[in-house]
Amino acid sequence: MALTYLEAGRRALAEAMAADKRVVALGEDLGRGGVFGQYKGMQEQFGPGRIIDTPISEAAIMGTAVGMALVGRRPVVEMRFSDFALCAVDELINQAAKARYMFGGQGRVPVVVRQPIGMWRSSAAQHSQSLEAWYAHMPGLAVVCPATPADNYGLLKAALATDDPVVYMEHKDLWGLEGELDAAPVPLGKARIARPGRDATIVTWSKTVHVALAAAAELDRNGVSAEVVDLRTLWPWDKETVFASVRRTGRLLVAHEAVQVAGFGAEIAAVVAETLDDALKAPVRRLGAPRIPVAYAPPLEDRARVGAADIAAAVRALVATTRRAAAAE
Amino acid sequence: MSMTGNTAEARRNDAHVARLLDMYRTMARIRAFEERAEQGSRDGLVKGAVHLSIGQEAVAAGVCRNLEQSDFITSTHRGHGHTIAKGADVGAMMCELFGRAGGTCEGKGGSMHIADFNVGMLGANGVVGAGIPIAVGAAHGIRLEAEAAGRPDPRVVVCFFGDGAINRGPFLEGLNWAQVYKLPILFVCEDNAWSATTFTRALSAGPGPAARAEALGIPATTVDGNDVEAVDRIAGTLVAKVRGGGPAFLLATTYRLKGHTAADAGAYRKAEEVAAHLARDPLPRTAERLKALGVEAGVVDAVVRDAAAELDDAYARAKAAPWPDDGLAFTDVLDVGAGTWR
Repeated sequence: MALTYLEAGRRALAEAMAADKRVVALGEDLGRGGVFGQYKGMQEQFGPGRIIDTPISEAAIMGTAVGMALVGRRPVVEMRFSDFALCAVDELINQAAKARYMFGGQGRVPVVVRQPIGMWRSSAAQHSQSLEAWYAHMPGLAVVCPATPADNYGLLKAALATDDPVVYMEHKDLWGLEGELDAAPVPLGKARIARPGRDATIVTWSKTVHVALAAAAELDRNGVSAEVVDLRTLWPWDKETVFASVRRTGRLLVAHEAVQVAGFGAEIAAVVAETLDDALKAPVRRLGAPRIPVAYAPPLEDRARVGAADIAAAVRALVATTRRAAAAE
Repeated sequence: MSMTGNTAEARRNDAHVARLLDMYRTMARIRAFEERAEQGSRDGLVKGAVHLSIGQEAVAAGVCRNLEQSDFITSTHRGHGHTIAKGADVGAMMCELFGRAGGTCEGKGGSMHIADFNVGMLGANGVVGAGIPIAVGAAHGIRLEAEAAGRPDPRVVVCFFGDGAINRGPFLEGLNWAQVYKLPILFVCEDNAWSATTFTRALSAGPGPAARAEALGIPATTVDGNDVEAVDRIAGTLVAKVRGGGPAFLLATTYRLKGHTAADAGAYRKAEEVAAHLARDPLPRTAERLKALGVEAGVVDAVVRDAAAELDDAYARAKAAPWPDDGLAFTDVLDVGAGTWR
């Protein structure tokens, strides 16, 4: 049965809560279903003690989750927008991510921090950001960015099962996306080949997976075969799958919705360049948003988008490059 | 110890004296620990910043005397006293300060992240006020566990923080949360007058910490934090009340007799101010009180001597302990993707 991306997440959480009384969810407006409806009906099912309506106190939502976890609970934190989670950066970065380490392993913080990301529709600079690279930078956190309903089910289940703190970033523009669920578990840290190809590898995640797939379809019509790798998890990221793909194609483009400068694409590009130089037929390329805040008016907002045409153009440019082609082949 | 014969009143008096002597022992052990931490800092054995609670021992001793081992506390960057009063091992604590093997946190935390989960000490904190939501969450966790188990849970949380924390957002967010959900938590604001090197009242609007708690409907009590009998009595009442659910707030006025850190001489304070507070030092004050209650001077003095001997031993053992295995730098980071560092 097809489910939406939103319903898939709701099902994963409901199943985890039914199976384990230690799992609770806390955040603003959860009793009314959450700002996007991700928790609809759940307070009726699990009661207000476990689907907890909180004040607009992001620091306390995140900080109390740390305290709950340290005494044996397994909280899911809803931050509403990744932008708002910046009100709880101390609690997430200095407390949740470091408690286990600082205390010499005495405590664990099994918290799943849901932080919806991404451009949506005219939501401007404080409701549109993709901040995954911030958290990928921080020791002690896993970072997950599901792109499909199946993955929003499977990866949320995996995130709920680990004892590590997980920053779980759903994309706000994918809530209505429909797809079949996969019965097989989805492990954290394992990428997915979303579309096989021969000439170039596009590594991407979250909504940009779908943009890249559209680009790959267009490229295919013009005789260029692009492989799309959906990274799924940013930390730990699946080097094995990325390396294998780049070894096959010899070319790498990393594409993401977040600002390109110091985005996570920079990390992937650097590691591939350091590791696979002899396999690369062309220098690695990155494509992310310009370093501008997201604007409100549609034509301005669109200037921050990485579109299918941009990705297709970047891949065509990569394929046209013949650096070291003779040496590599 | 009673001098008055075997009447009910005498037995009550005996129990009171024994309890006071016990708290004095805790205070003396904290003082001895802090003096050696200061010495260790001067000698280069304590590797990082160390914030001493000398002068504030009565708050830790008086409050924690009312807790069970299964109760929880959170603490601050000035957290050695609370940790000792909650029952942590001083030898392991000294090793942690020295960065040696055998430390409470394997050498990963140091003074500012002292913790001992075995005795319900959920951690000091390097960020002012950051322990407040964590403590509130622990209290909420107790509630959730009780609801999941379908039976009441008597445990409470005591959240220690300083006067400087009342100007941080998590103070408001955490207190509001505790009151909204009626959680079993006692907030203990240790007002030592100074926020690092700034006089707190100069930069805090309104009548003070207790009024801010009361504004949220949390009952607040103020106590002389250098009077361990008063702290014990009032904390006992508040902890008993909190065990039934619903937060309470205790403002304990005290004074930081040392600088902000062991490296800070505190020269920005007027000499008369420090002298006035030295006259209220809770240790000699408690010693005098014990003697007035009929405890022999030799018994009182022995408490200080024993604490000194115990902490001298802890100091020597920590100094002689080996460095931790540097491979520990890579443990307890993350299970997912373990072993991937770049």
